[in-house]
Formats: sequence, structure tokens, C-alpha cells
Amino acid sequence: MSLLEVDDLTVTYRTGGGDVPAVRGVSFALEAGQKLGLAGESGCGKSTMALALLRLLPKTARLTGEIRFDGEDILTMSWGRLRAVRWAGASIVFQGAMHSLNAVQRIGAQIAEPIRLHSKATEAEIRRKTGELLEHVGLPARRADAYPHELSGGQRQRVMIAMALACDPKLIVADEPTTALDVMIQAQILTLIESLVAEQDISLLMISHDLSVLADTCDRLAVMYAGRIVEEGPAAAVFGAARHPYGQALAAAFPRIGDPASRRRPQGLAGDPPDPAELPTGCAFHPRCPARLDHCDRVDPALWPTADDDRRAACVHVLPDEGLSLLTKEPA
Amino acid sequence: MSDPILSAEDVHVEFEARRGGGRARAVDGVNLDIAPGEIVALVGESGCGKTTLARTLLGLERPTSGRVLHRGTPLAYTSKALKRFRRDVQLVLQDPSGSLNPRHTVYDAVAEGLRIHGDVPNERERVADALSRAGLRPPERLFLRFPHELSGGQRQRVVIAGALVLEPNVIVADEPVASLDASVRGEILALLLRLRDELGLAALVVTHDLGLAWNIADRVAVMYLGRIVETGPVEKILTAPEHPYTQALLSVLPDAPGSPVVLQGEPPDPTRIPSGCRFHLRCPVLASGAAATAGVDGACRGEDPGVLAGGTAVQAACHYARAVSSSTGQAAAARP
Ligand SMILES: Nc1ncnc2c1ncn2[C@@H]1O[C@H](COP(=O)(O)OP(=O)(O)O)[C@@H](O)[C@H]1O
Ligand SMILES: Nc1ncnc2c1ncn2[C@@H]1O[C@H](COP(=O)(O)OP(=O)(O)O)[C@@H](O)[C@H]1O
Ligand SMILES: [Mg+2]
Ligand SMILES: [Mg+2]
Repeated sequence: MSLLEVDDLTVTYRTGGGDVPAVRGVSFALEAGQKLGLAGESGCGKSTMALALLRLLPKTARLTGEIRFDGEDILTMSWGRLRAVRWAGASIVFQGAMHSLNAVQRIGAQIAEPIRLHSKATEAEIRRKTGELLEHVGLPARRADAYPHELSGGQRQRVMIAMALACDPKLIVADEPTTALDVMIQAQILTLIESLVAEQDISLLMISHDLSVLADTCDRLAVMYAGRIVEEGPAAAVFGAARHPYGQALAAAFPRIGDPASRRRPQGLAGDPPDPAELPTGCAFHPRCPARLDHCDRVDPALWPTADDDRRAACVHVLPDEGLSLLTKEPA
Repeated sequence: MSDPILSAEDVHVEFEARRGGGRARAVDGVNLDIAPGEIVALVGESGCGKTTLARTLLGLERPTSGRVLHRGTPLAYTSKALKRFRRDVQLVLQDPSGSLNPRHTVYDAVAEGLRIHGDVPNERERVADALSRAGLRPPERLFLRFPHELSGGQRQRVVIAGALVLEPNVIVADEPVASLDASVRGEILALLLRLRDELGLAALVVTHDLGLAWNIADRVAVMYLGRIVETGPVEKILTAPEHPYTQALLSVLPDAPGSPVVLQGEPPDPTRIPSGCRFHLRCPVLASGAAATAGVDGACRGEDPGVLAGGTAVQAACHYARAVSSSTGQAAAARP
């Protein structure tokens, strides 16, 4: 049994302007101790996915499908049980640490709160544990008395990580944990996350628009486009030789310094990601696809195993020939 | 190199520090030349003074000391002279949604520059021309659109068209693609390269992204705490850097070879620039003892390695790099 199993998850926001299908049938599994990176451009549904995992979506969101954490069904579990899972099972680190922290409460108190709620520790034990957590994420224990605005962006992100670790979770979901941080601070935070998950054998679902960062940090990568996973496999394989034309384009958009192929040759894709409320027919990527075939505006391929083991891609180009001929047959 | 179009000559820019306590030396001695048709990337951590230097080169900020030269002539800070200067040197802003007025059509946004300069003849033609140079074709179809009806990439092209309409020879672009998605970024960078090839347009591109420099720049200047600490051709500086700061910046990139040299602490504070080499408190070469072995640790702590010259030569403001390169008899690391 995998630690986290997501099966055909869909999330649709109901809005005044109609339904927004933000996640359109996503399935994946995350094993204990594994690090999975979820990549894709803004609006492709990454944060919606992350929020769905812990049922943190607004009321306007409608979910279908199944999410099992440690064997338990998240979508049907009671609120009480869900609260426990949110801290002690799987915890989440968000992008904008400033907004996620309470501005008028000292950071030590914010870290202590979940420990108090979810353990029988005494006040002295809680204080000790808070100090330990701060030191663990590279902040002096005396910073417990600081308010969020007294800290830099990198330090606030460290506090968020300390809070996520407070109840010894099995899984951490990190949604753009280093976006908007400077390169060196980003490197500090990534090193910290990597060492913590390795040390404590925590599973990691890391979400980012930066495929190169994910490729470097994670074991496996999933690339999302317009609410679907379009490619999935071992990190180095996906980043180095993607099978889906979108995965290829996204990887090429991150130049490798020293590589003559990207020198004076910036790579991009014409057009923009689609508006989920107005998706193209067939494969959602076909209007931008450099490898488009005639029938790509009609067939919408599922995530399919590629010729190699352990990789999947949702593209007619990876379907076996017989599958392709079936799909491309003109309707009678 | 051919005579520069735009130069900084020992430029210093100081501000009253925002949170009291002394003055911030945001730019603390910079020489920089931009030649016709050249793309120069200015890179460094946030707060190192990139935007301040760029604004000073545009005449938007006046140097506390030193000067900015336009085609060899010092900039005069009168409104008439600045107006003339800005026909030749144009700014491209970072955030297209912030720099476009949501109530102005694409046509008006692009024509604005012409109107400021009182250049009304052939307005329509020139606006169309600028839009198509920026890759928005056919331009007439976009004339009456509003910013919210455009994609992020299209908005950034409109901002670029607004800079191109005055037919400048240099553009200064501050983080031109930072707010764009990865796949769209490449298209905009390709546009900057094409403008250089087709129009001979020079560019100073301010960025925190070294990959971007590799993608489009001819030359790179690495800034640290108000100074350019290493500069030279992109191929050299990004593949064989000599300054430990440049080395560290490159080492933390996700697919860099070897183990990352993660500098600890926050980016330093321009109100308190360390004496000696300004990088010495964070320098991994000094911390490892290598500088002591080379006999320069005293200099690192006590002697300012000085302001690098302008021009195109490879230079690093580092006592250790200078000692190592002179002892191995290689091309001098620090002499222009
Ligand atoms: N609360 C909401 N109501 C309506 N639409 C939403 C809401 N949140 C997100 N969306 C839309 O859902 C899509 C996916 O958004 P999101 O999950 O935030 O993407 P990502 O994190 O990949 O940038 C986008 O089109 C976004 O505009
Ligand atoms: N108008 C100003 N008043 C006071 N300090 C400023 C002002 N503009 C910039 N600074 C300071 O100067 C330093 C350099 O800033 P900036 O040029 O914006 O750096 P960068 O663009 O590299 O991030 C920073 O410490 C910043 O806080
Ligand atoms: Mg998001
Ligand atoms: Mg800046």
C-alpha cells in the first residue's frame, strides 16, 4: 500500500461565470519516504491539487474521485479525524509564509499550538520541543519570541517548516516553498527540506513551477497541464528526456548553463496555457503542440505507459501503433 | 569594442537608509560600458543594487558621485536633455500588468511615448510597426484591445513595443521575464535577441537568473553589495568563474555539477559594507583557509580589491583570484 493514493481526482470550482474544471482526473501514488515533484505553469491546477489532498478547498469546489492517506479515505473521513491527519499525518507548507502566519502572534506560540492540540505534552515539554524545532530549521531557539514581521522571508519560510514538522508528520506537502525567495535563500531552504525529509524519512510532495528545482530535489516528477498529469516518471528521465511534447518544452525552458545547445537559443512555446473554463477539444495541449497530428483536436489520450518501464505520458506519440490506429480511425 | 553608447563611470548612489541608521551605499563604485548591439546581463542577489544602477543609467536616479555617459557625453540632468536621451535609451519594466494602464488600449499604450515627445506624424504607422517588431502581428488586430484581454506574454510584448516606438538604440530591461511562465519566457527572450540581430538594439538586462544570461547575453556583470565583482564574456564567466561569489551563485543552480556552496545568512546590508573585501565575511575561499595558504587572507580582511574597469575584459575583484592567476602565470584575472 502506498502512503498516498490519488485516484481519478477532479476538482471543479463553481463560479458566477460558470464551472472551472481546475483538476480533471488525476491519479498518482506516493510511496513512504519518496519525494514526488509536481510541476506545471501557473493555473494548471497544482495548488488546487495540494489543497484537495487535505480537504482545504473553499466551499465552491466540488470534488470527485478518491484520496487515500495511509489507507484512510480523506474525502469521507470525519472532521475530527481530518484535523488529526492534517497535523500528525500530512502537513502543508505554503508559498506565501507571510500570509500563512498569524501576524499578531509570536512564532513560538504558533509552533506550539498544534503540539498542544495533538499531544499530551506538558507546557515545559512543549516549550522545549518548540525550541528544538526552531533550531532544527536553523533558527536560534530564542527567536520563538519574535513576531513574523521581524523575520526575513527566508526565516519565515523556516518557521513554516518548523510548524509543518511539529507533530512528526509522515508526509509534507510543500506548495512553491521557495518561490519569491532569492537564489541563495532558496538554496538554503531546499537544503533544509532535503535534509529533514531524509533524516526523518518523511515523504515529500513538492509543488513548483520550476521543473529544474524539482528535478534536483525529487525522486519522481509529474508534469501537469490544464488540470491533468501529462507526464510522470523518474525525475532525471523526465527532466532530461521528456516524452510528452509539453514536458519537453517545459524542460527546454530551463537552460543548462554550459550547454551549447541553449546558448543564445532561448526556448519557448508560442501561446499560453488554456483557460480551464474554455478548454480546447481533444488533447488540451494541441493548439500549442509542435508535434501535433491531424487528429489531436479529437483524441484526448490518457496517461499511458511509455515503451520504457516506470514512465507514463498522455500523448498519442507514446501510444503503441495498434492503439494509435484505433484512436485515429475516422468515425464511421 | 566600438565606442560605448552608454557608460557608468565610477558611479555611486547613496540613499538615506529606510530604517534610520546611516546611509545605504546602494551603488558603491561601478564602471560599466554597453556597446552598440551588445546584450549585457547584470546579475546578483536582491538588494545588491541592480535596479538602482539601471535607474541611474536611465537618468532616473542621479549619481551621488561619478557620471553616466551617453555616446561619450556626460548626461545633463535638465528635463530637455533627459527627454532627448530617453529617445535613445528606453526602459522596459518588469511587471507588464503594473506598467500598462488597464483603461488604455494597446494602441494608446504604445503611442504614449510618441505623444510625450510630440511626435505625431505617422503615429498609426509607427505604432503598427513597433507592435509587429515586438512580434504582435497583425498589429491592427490588437489596436483596440485592453490589457486584460491579452495573455501575459502579449502584455510583455506590448510593453516592449512601447519602448521600441521611439526607435531607441539601447533598452534597459529590469527583470523582463520574471513574472512570466517558463514556456512564455523563452519567446520574450528570443524577441530580445531578434531585435538585437535585426535592429542592432543594445540591451542591459537586469536579472537574478543566470540561465537567462546564458540564454541571451554577450557579457555578464555580477554585482555584490553595490559593486560589480566579476565581469567578462558569458562563456567565460558562467563556465569558469574566478570570483568565489560567482562560483557560489552558479553552484546552487539546480543542475550545477559538484556540491552546492550555499552561503549562509541573509544578503548583506548596504548601510554596513564590510571593510577589506566586501565579500570576505561570507567568502568560502577565506573560510576554507585557501586564501591564507595563498597568503592573501590579510588583504581579504583589510584591503579593498578596488573598482573594476569598464570595457569588455575579464576581471574579478578578488585578492585570491589575482594571487592564483599571477602565480600560475595565466592571463591576469583582474587587469583590464
Ligand atoms: N477559488 C477559486 N475559484 C474559482 N477558480 C479558481 C479558484 N482557485 C483557483 N481557481 C482556478 O483554478 C485553476 C487552477 O488554479 P491553481 O490550482 O491555483 O493553479 P496553480 O497552483 O497550478 O497555479 C486556475 O484557472 C484558477 O484560476
Ligand atoms: N529609494 C530608496 N531609498 C532607500 N533605499 C533604497 C532606495 N532604493 C533602493 N534602496 C536600497 O538600496 C539597495 C539596493 O536596492 P536595489 O537597487 O533595488 O537592488 P536590486 O535591484 O539588486 O534588488 C537595497 O538595500 C535597497 O533597500
Ligand atoms: Mg499555485
Ligand atoms: Mg531590482
